[in-house]
Amino acid sequence: MPSYVVPDKCDGCKALDKTACQYICPNDLMVLNKETEKAYNQDPSQCWECYSCVKICAQDAIDVRGYADFVPMGASVVPMRSTDSIMWTIKFRNGSVKRFKFPIRTTAEGQADPPGGWANAPSLDGPTLFTEPESLGLGEVWTRGK
Amino acid sequence: MTQFETVEVETDLLILGGGMAACGAAVEAAYWAKQNGLKVTMVDKAAVDRSGAVAMGLSAINQYVGLKDGDNTVEDYVDYVRNDLMGITREDLVASIARHVDSTVHLYEKWGLPIWKDKDGGYVHEGRWQLMINGESYKVIVAEAAKNALGVDNIYERVFITGPLMDGDRCVGAVGFSTRENKFYVFKARATLCALGGAVGVFKPRSSGEGAGRAWYPPFNSGASAYFTIVAGAEMTCQEVRFIPVRFKDAYGPVGAWFLLFKAEATNALGESYMQTRRPELENWLPYGKVKPVPANLRNYLMMLDVMEGKGPIYMQTAKAIQKIAESEDDPKKAKKKLKELEAEAWEDFLDMTISQAILWAASDIQPELAPSEIAAAEPYFIGSHSGASGAWVSGPEDLAPPEYFWGYENMTTVQGLFAAGDASGASSHKFSSGSHAEGRIAAKSAVRFLVNESPAHGSVGADAVEAIKTKVLLPLDHFNEHKDKTTQIETNPEYILPRSFMQRLQKLMDEYAGGVTAQFTTSKANLNRALELLQVLREDSEKLGAPDLHQLMRCWENVHRSYQAEAHVRAMLFREETRWPGYYFRSDTPKMDNENWLVFVNSVYNAETGEWTMKKVPVTCIFEKAVTG
Repeated sequence: MPSYVVPDKCDGCKALDKTACQYICPNDLMVLNKETEKAYNQDPSQCWECYSCVKICAQDAIDVRGYADFVPMGASVVPMRSTDSIMWTIKFRNGSVKRFKFPIRTTAEGQADPPGGWANAPSLDGPTLFTEPESLGLGEVWTRGK
Repeated sequence: MTQFETVEVETDLLILGGGMAACGAAVEAAYWAKQNGLKVTMVDKAAVDRSGAVAMGLSAINQYVGLKDGDNTVEDYVDYVRNDLMGITREDLVASIARHVDSTVHLYEKWGLPIWKDKDGGYVHEGRWQLMINGESYKVIVAEAAKNALGVDNIYERVFITGPLMDGDRCVGAVGFSTRENKFYVFKARATLCALGGAVGVFKPRSSGEGAGRAWYPPFNSGASAYFTIVAGAEMTCQEVRFIPVRFKDAYGPVGAWFLLFKAEATNALGESYMQTRRPELENWLPYGKVKPVPANLRNYLMMLDVMEGKGPIYMQTAKAIQKIAESEDDPKKAKKKLKELEAEAWEDFLDMTISQAILWAASDIQPELAPSEIAAAEPYFIGSHSGASGAWVSGPEDLAPPEYFWGYENMTTVQGLFAAGDASGASSHKFSSGSHAEGRIAAKSAVRFLVNESPAHGSVGADAVEAIKTKVLLPLDHFNEHKDKTTQIETNPEYILPRSFMQRLQKLMDEYAGGVTAQFTTSKANLNRALELLQVLREDSEKLGAPDLHQLMRCWENVHRSYQAEAHVRAMLFREETRWPGYYFRSDTPKMDNENWLVFVNSVYNAETGEWTMKKVPVTCIFEKAVTG
């Protein structure tokens, strides 16, 4: 497969103008079958298993089955992504389960402020980039002989 | 003919791509453009939140110099890169990125990227240059800053760039199409910044089925940067340098944490460490065989020697490493806690950036604390940002570049108005995610300076010329429609070739003749000439590509892009009559390194009108006195 869609859970993102998985897939693989109103991966052999579709799906309708040409069957790796952390549930072929939780960001969603609070206004000439040299933690940008 | 609306977008600075370099360019350009009343437009073939090589996330930032704390100097970083590329690097470019990269990393932290801290508040290092992060949302956060800076109205997503818009020898924008609706796009720009990523899928992958998509570098990096700069007529460099990462076998999970953080050793099936037993071989590659760390390609080479002698499989000795760390703790309670932490760190390494490896370990019931895991060399990739070096030849910065490497605007290619960064710019390896972002910023500021100082006019490409390009871009759709009813199923048709078959033909010929996995990464003059013959016929057949829909039209162009990266690579390997990077490729007819004659860059220029390639040698000029350390 790599990513696959569970038909009972997929609602074709009815409330939206485009499906979330189709919106996010970096390789343009997820498409909506207009007749069934269910999404599917149109080319599993080009899937990177990046899980972008799995993470974005509001219905938890997308899962991943490891590449059939080298991955034994019976395992699953399932994320639950919130605004500040992600929880992973790993089910082994032998039935054992591991669970891990990791932080994903330290600011509120949407709040990445481009200059990061640094207000330096260097000249368009010379190597100093916006926010520098303060964002370097230095008095000036390094150059030769200094 | 399929009806497509032509959408024309006029802008001052056009940023092509949406990955790390493009997002760096966006935040920087937005600042300078606002001050100078300029318009900036960004185009991504996917959604910026999850596009490019960092789409999935990363578990480490691989370039942080630590200038503010005096951990390292800019020169230290240049030494490291020069040694790893066995002497072939643009020191001015590497130094330029190294002096800015810490600023980018500090911005990441402000934007919300969780960087691991020790108990004193310092960054936790994986290795000398590498920082550990909780990087699941690395790209989302970096994209958010770019979008906040540029404004979403200035960003076109799901528009695939097919190639440059040229006015004589000036690049005056780009053309492409929407992968969502029947729209052909013409972006007219006074300066263009190419950051369209590296190339995967030029060589046949090791996997034979679904796993073909599990390249180490993402399959959606399809050679667009190389194509764009090559056909624009830009001088290209280091096209012979491919990168072959050694990673956990098949799923290509990262090994950095295991080697650097957990100090694990790799051995052959007999338990021998090839880095120890094969050490005398390094004497044949002096002075670089003696540098520390040993260049990545030479580490690969020593492993391959074991594999070729039948001493595989090769294993990462994970259990031994974990045991050793646990034993370093006297208190059993503390040891247990330490092991628990290590286990979480090891799994996060995969879950942040190669989830497939976690699936493979779970499906194989692997417990790293109990048993070792296989590692192997992947297929070749083109990735100027990592341990490869292929890309466009760009101007260095005024204060660092020797005169022959400087032509007015840093990171401008040899084509007026065309800038390159990230995987698109060459001979500045080891910039990784953070350095690519920093380089995008450098290139964007430089491009704005070019716009302000030179006030270049818009190009004058007439409506007829645009219409001709449009016809060529959309040809695979028309070609398919014209012939699709000649057979009873779409896969097999005597009149057209579908992009998947075209890609497989390219991959097969590169694999067999240009030193792919099947050929044990070995090639020769005769094999390379044969590859060129087959590439020529493939080029002719590219006129017969057929696309049933917009998605397949994108696939057609992606593979045309790949074929140009392939040809540039073959020609450069043919021109450089030595084996400089054993472990990446071997010239069986010229197996040795030749420092007397060959401490040079191999550069090439393609003429899109005549189809001719001009190859040349360019001297390697150092800006630091110390040539080799170790």
